[in-house]
Amino acid sequence: MVAPVAAAQPFFQWSYVSGQWGQISSDLLQHISLSLLALGIGLAISVPLALLAWRFRLLRVPVVGVASTLYIIPSLALFAILGPITGYVASYPTAEIALVGYTLLILIWNTLAGLDAVPSDTREAATAMGYSPTARLLRVDLPLALPFVFGGVRIAAATVIGLVTVTALIGLGGLGQQITYGFSIVDFYTPIIVGLVLSVALAAVCDLLLVGLQRLLVPWTRSARRTRVA
Amino acid sequence: MEIFDHFRHFVAAVASWLTTAANWKGSSGVPELLWHQSELSVAVVVGAVVVGGGIGLVLGHSGRGGLVAVNAANAARAVPTLALLTLFAIIPSISLRAGGFLAAFLALVILAIPPILTNTYVGMREVDADVREAAKAMGLTGGQVLGTVELPLALPFILAGIRTAAVEVVATSTLAAYVSFSDLGTPVIAGLNTNNTVEAFAGALLVALLAAVVALGLGVLQRSLTPAPLRRPGRVGPLITATRTVSFQKT
Repeated sequence: MVAPVAAAQPFFQWSYVSGQWGQISSDLLQHISLSLLALGIGLAISVPLALLAWRFRLLRVPVVGVASTLYIIPSLALFAILGPITGYVASYPTAEIALVGYTLLILIWNTLAGLDAVPSDTREAATAMGYSPTARLLRVDLPLALPFVFGGVRIAAATVIGLVTVTALIGLGGLGQQITYGFSIVDFYTPIIVGLVLSVALAAVCDLLLVGLQRLLVPWTRSARRTRVA
Repeated sequence: MEIFDHFRHFVAAVASWLTTAANWKGSSGVPELLWHQSELSVAVVVGAVVVGGGIGLVLGHSGRGGLVAVNAANAARAVPTLALLTLFAIIPSISLRAGGFLAAFLALVILAIPPILTNTYVGMREVDADVREAAKAMGLTGGQVLGTVELPLALPFILAGIRTAAVEVVATSTLAAYVSFSDLGTPVIAGLNTNNTVEAFAGALLVALLAAVVALGLGVLQRSLTPAPLRRPGRVGPLITATRTVSFQKT
């Protein structure tokens, strides 16, 4: 059952998983809540901002600029920079600002790309049918951009789920706590592997759910793709 | 007013950390830490370009197996680098090599490969099929088509991928300080651990500055290396480009 390794400790101990399941599952729950919160806030900020930046071209440069800046600043540095204001230890605001900051560029950029990709014929037809620019944006352009938005959400979700572990360095971390715990004990790989595997599994499940949700909400992308291939 | 005083005091303390000569000298001085981080980051990006770029070129040229590779690369985004760092750092045969360099290198290469591989593949696939046909019809061999037609046309995508990867690597290499590789993350981690908010903040400023310089510098490099006819209007391209196309790689 356990693969033997040269080290004194076996590489993976199932007894740890069964014995510590309470702690592991609560870390997993925290991981899920930190990730969901970041994605939700990220979407709530990004999509309106992207729509505004698309409707009013002047806003595009500052919106993308600020999002890029947040994307560039390393999360660890952001913790230390935000810490004096929002708190260092187990501070949800510190963690969430860093995580949300990371999703913004991905989501905004994908939404903008989706809006850019709407065929101009469609747009002209909508205008000819009497849509005002704002109504057209919300009822024609945005629905057609949804596949791109979903593409962004999938990437942002995978990135955030991986990144949540880093918040362990300020006392949160979800499954990241398994990782730091394992690292704090000599020759004890099991918690690190638990954190790694569960985090990747969570991202995979989340991606599948998002694909399912996309099929449900944007059913026309499948047929559109089939037509293009044919 | 008390908050304002506190704030002013904090800023002064950070400024004094940054101007204290002792923090700029010796094995834990800023220049030495910066050098460690640069060495690590350059090695990682070069390694990832060789592996990710190589795989992307081959798959893009042949047009086979790309979907699998791109999806695998996407899945790799979800692998927490902190887990890889700690894991490699406690495996004795890896951790002891070159003061933790090897452990950090391996963990970060895994992080850097996906954007480069994805962008290279996507860039190769975006090359117009007619152009490829024309090149073949003119008698170019497969290798020549790759080298003189596909690669130059895919270059903007590839460079964008390298830039994304480099920015991520520089940012994430600060985490290597957690597993005792000394770089600019060291004062941040040390500050967070000992509740020395001034040290953490000062280190964080340097790290953020480095990341910004890398992002902007590579943006300029990306633009100057892109063949002139392929340049888009605007000064420096966006940090992420391939997400648009990746978003269509549905399962």
